[in-house]
Amino acid sequence: MSTPLYSSNSVELEVRELGLVPYREALEAQADLVARRRAGDIPDQLLLLEHPHVLTLGTGSNPDHVLVDSDGRDRLGLELFEVGRGGDVTYHGPGQLVGYPVLDLKPDRRDVTRYLRDLEAIVIAALAEYGVQGQTIEGLTGVWVADRKIAAIGVRVSSGWITSHGFALNVDSDLSYYETIVPCGIVDRSVTSLSRELDRHVEVAEVTSVVREAFALEFGRRIRVGGPTNEGSEGQL
Amino acid sequence: MARIEVPMPQMGESIAEGTVSKWLKSVGDTVERDEPILEISTDKVDAEIPSPQSGTLVEVRVQEGETVEVGTVVAFIDTEGGAPTLAAPAEVAEPAPATQPAVEESPAAVVEPTPQPVVLEPSEEAPASAPAEGGPQSAEDRLRTKSTPVVRRIAEEHGITIGDVPGTGHAGRVTKQDILGFIEGGAVAAPSAAAPTPPPPAPSMPVAAADTAAPSDLWSAFYGEVQHPEFPVRDGDQVEPMDKIRRLTAEHMVMAKRVAPHVHSFIEVDFSRVDQIRAANKPKWAEQGARVSYTAFVAWACSRLLRSYPNVNGTVSGNNIIHRGNVNIGMAVDLDPGLIVPVIHDTDDLSLVGIGKKIIDLAERARSRKLNPSDIQGATFSITNPGVLGTLVGLPVIPKGTSAILGTGAIEKRTVVVEDPATGTDAIAIRKRSLFSLGYDHRLVDGADAARFLAGLKALLEDFPEDA
Repeated sequence: MSTPLYSSNSVELEVRELGLVPYREALEAQADLVARRRAGDIPDQLLLLEHPHVLTLGTGSNPDHVLVDSDGRDRLGLELFEVGRGGDVTYHGPGQLVGYPVLDLKPDRRDVTRYLRDLEAIVIAALAEYGVQGQTIEGLTGVWVADRKIAAIGVRVSSGWITSHGFALNVDSDLSYYETIVPCGIVDRSVTSLSRELDRHVEVAEVTSVVREAFALEFGRRIRVGGPTNEGSEGQL
Repeated sequence: MARIEVPMPQMGESIAEGTVSKWLKSVGDTVERDEPILEISTDKVDAEIPSPQSGTLVEVRVQEGETVEVGTVVAFIDTEGGAPTLAAPAEVAEPAPATQPAVEESPAAVVEPTPQPVVLEPSEEAPASAPAEGGPQSAEDRLRTKSTPVVRRIAEEHGITIGDVPGTGHAGRVTKQDILGFIEGGAVAAPSAAAPTPPPPAPSMPVAAADTAAPSDLWSAFYGEVQHPEFPVRDGDQVEPMDKIRRLTAEHMVMAKRVAPHVHSFIEVDFSRVDQIRAANKPKWAEQGARVSYTAFVAWACSRLLRSYPNVNGTVSGNNIIHRGNVNIGMAVDLDPGLIVPVIHDTDDLSLVGIGKKIIDLAERARSRKLNPSDIQGATFSITNPGVLGTLVGLPVIPKGTSAILGTGAIEKRTVVVEDPATGTDAIAIRKRSLFSLGYDHRLVDGADAARFLAGLKALLEDFPEDA
């Protein structure tokens, strides 16, 4: 057995900013990166991207929380996916910054509660750059501005403590799409976006770099810029 | 023997249980070491659980959809790859630690961990947050590593040594029920661990916590996670997990009852006048495509009154009182099975016919699952109608975040004594009447307020205006 290129202790973080990615492609890319990270072929990864309009159902989902039938979804151009992450139904779409960290949590971060709190802290730090005060609410994973949800979090831990899925931050999302679901099964709270909080148009690209820095800081990682996910990173040193 | 346990792993601090979401392998399948054999889910996290060793999956103990405590054995792997012993009872194999009877004299002996043949999590090493196994440890240390953070926190708050509490959990571990039962005063008799779920005592955390806990701890204990006691399953019983609406309803009801001191007051309302108006206007309303139910009349009357009763239309929030700026009436809708409470926003801005139409619209969309999130948010007062199914009167639970709920009983013809306005003499008459109950939060609404509200409601309904 050859020595892995990137051990669990590697401080390298390969960040790939991918623009608009269809949901299915992002799922396949993550599965591939999880296997390569487990094998130590690549360093920790952070995918930052946007999705076309899509609803996804986590394992804890109640189908009743999808409030549009298939005709309605067709009309809105909404695809529906069932995915192996924690949490209830959520919405992704243009204007929302999605982060998929593929990290090896060994040896010192093997605690999913802590991992969820770390992801929340990153979003809160990024919001603070804009003077928006994000907060957590005990028992309701995600990030909130007052009682309005601005970021959703749902993760998967694969064999070997390798993470996938992650967080979705509403930067400039069309919030009316949230009317089609009961977000995360929480019936008595509303959603918001950075644009709405600041009452001005905020670009996803601008927030992407803020989130990237906040992420590297929280996890103590050194950033390396990566390309599309189907490119191997082995030879790029 | 190489029959080893696969326990529900500890995925993180404060995670005390997990739900088996999917079996990736079936009994009889061969598995490689570190190959995922099942998926579990906790709040917001899905995780693959790898096999601790190469071998054959010989027994599955926990079915998909079931939630079990961390440490509970979910499966057995036979590392010698022998023929699967289908549905073999645990006793047939080498006795698992969990099947050893509890020793009453020294509870510590019960939790003596056997050398761990398995890893508790998806990697080789012990979790970073727990002390390493194998080093010199006192019995107390071992006990500590064998209890969940929740249990440890409760123990700390009450100054209890975990070793003093008889454990009924896996390998004699002290469960939350054990420690709550211990606090309550009755030491729990440790049952044979063969029983899958030890019958827990009724939890009484808030009262017990009051003496020692700091205010913030008391707050979290009081408003924190809702724990439903478990009960033994008997022969012939069927067990199924609660669906999400059921679970949310269950948690909401426990919280609502726990937080608000409920009082109920009653009044009987005569519907003769309402009936007259309905009969006179039915054709006109039908032309407008509207149906105006009795409930619409009641909602109209409540909406007009609530502005004058800010406490009934408010809520206690911390040490403050919030008087709501709108009158938004929630209407309980029976989904059979299930319950949802859609909201008529700004009810006091709507006419009687407008309210009637809105009720029909919300009820239909509730039953066809087409409500928008905004349709179920922001209620400031609620109405429930047990009377629709013939019930005489109910004692409804006040939805959290509000201070009152009206229950309307069956509208029935009753014999009543009335005074003949012409002669001033008493007579027996037949009238349509209904018993109303108002459930209210006595932190904010006093009995006299409730009485005045009910009297106002009765007066308004019995002398219902023509132009509503």
